[in-house]
Amino acid sequence: METLAQIKSRIEAAVPGATVQIISNDSPAAQNSLLVDRAHAVAVAQFLRDDAELKFDYCSNVTGVDWPQAELTEKIKIKKLVDGVEKEVEEVKKTIRPAYLEAVYHLYSMEKKHGPVILRMRTEDRAEKTHLPSLTPVWRSCEFQEREIFDLFGITFDGHPDLRRILMWEGYKDHPMRKDYVEPDDYEYEPTPHDEVLEKAKKHYPAAS
Amino acid sequence: MDEGLKNELQKQGVFTTTLEEIYNWGRRNSIWPLQFGLACCAIEMIATTMARYDLARFGAEVFRPSPRQADLMIVAGTVTKKMAPQVVRLYNQMAEPKYVIAMGACAISGGPFKQGYNVLKGIDRFIPVDVHIPGCPPRPEALIHAFMTLQRKIAEQELIGAAQPRHLNPDAPSEFPVPQYGEHDLQPPNNPKVWRAPALVR
Repeated sequence: METLAQIKSRIEAAVPGATVQIISNDSPAAQNSLLVDRAHAVAVAQFLRDDAELKFDYCSNVTGVDWPQAELTEKIKIKKLVDGVEKEVEEVKKTIRPAYLEAVYHLYSMEKKHGPVILRMRTEDRAEKTHLPSLTPVWRSCEFQEREIFDLFGITFDGHPDLRRILMWEGYKDHPMRKDYVEPDDYEYEPTPHDEVLEKAKKHYPAAS
Repeated sequence: MDEGLKNELQKQGVFTTTLEEIYNWGRRNSIWPLQFGLACCAIEMIATTMARYDLARFGAEVFRPSPRQADLMIVAGTVTKKMAPQVVRLYNQMAEPKYVIAMGACAISGGPFKQGYNVLKGIDRFIPVDVHIPGCPPRPEALIHAFMTLQRKIAEQELIGAAQPRHLNPDAPSEFPVPQYGEHDLQPPNNPKVWRAPALVR
């Protein structure tokens, strides 16, 4: 299979206007992924599926990720003049990562027997502008998994043929997989509570703690 | 009736019994379960009915596809919050006398999904349960044991007096409120008339 950088440049050549970014994964898995922009995502997906070299005809998994706003700290070395002598000084650089929701697609090729290539899309924010284009018209297997993301993360997939909740009921207001989800307080006694459950246990059974 | 006299008569070829005894004997040996399963416990329930474990020996081989014809509800598996109203509604549609076996860790307490946002922490929050079976899933022997426990319970029911079972008391409820889908949880999250939070006694 071509490398991710090759795929990226081929996408940019084939789909005019598309911006593709390689998101690196620093863990030992080193499974890097492609971030595509919302406007061209369907065209990029169609290219990945139909291209004679790539032929990603199977989308095995779609999942969501919730990224709340976070302050990232990063140490960088800067050369500075200290008392007339040039020295390397470490400085802490702080950046604010905006909040957004992400949909992640894992693509394989049955015909070429290669993969996976990981495709990501990000929403503008996690409050109102949570729209992404649906890739169900490209890969039918996305249908239920996009519904699941709609249910649990609250991403609205435009162009999805049947976008309804799948696990929770109609009329349910929350998105349980979001990191700021607060579950209903219905703790029941447990003999060996621990971690978060212990905190709840203390609230309900103060005598036990 | 005096036990000694009863034995004496039996030796003479005269069989005596009470109405209560024969009524309960008849009922406990033909408990027809409702044919429905919710998760993997249902597979064990199916195994129990097949030739190897043979639930038919206890008069319960006829699984009814309609709640109107069933006497026993075996809640076999995880009850999600989305499924709970349907389970309560099925129970309400069954005719008295009716019994419930909660089979497996999920049905009695939520089991491994107890902390989950979408799983009911035990069906006994909404309907009265006669026998609880622990296990994940319980083996067919455990279901048969629960079944025999239920049979013993039926055999001990008194037709008259204060200890009458629910189905003979016209004032006792035979239907229980069906929970509604709320915005964040089921409304109400439990039925305080059949369930209350376990108290910690020290």
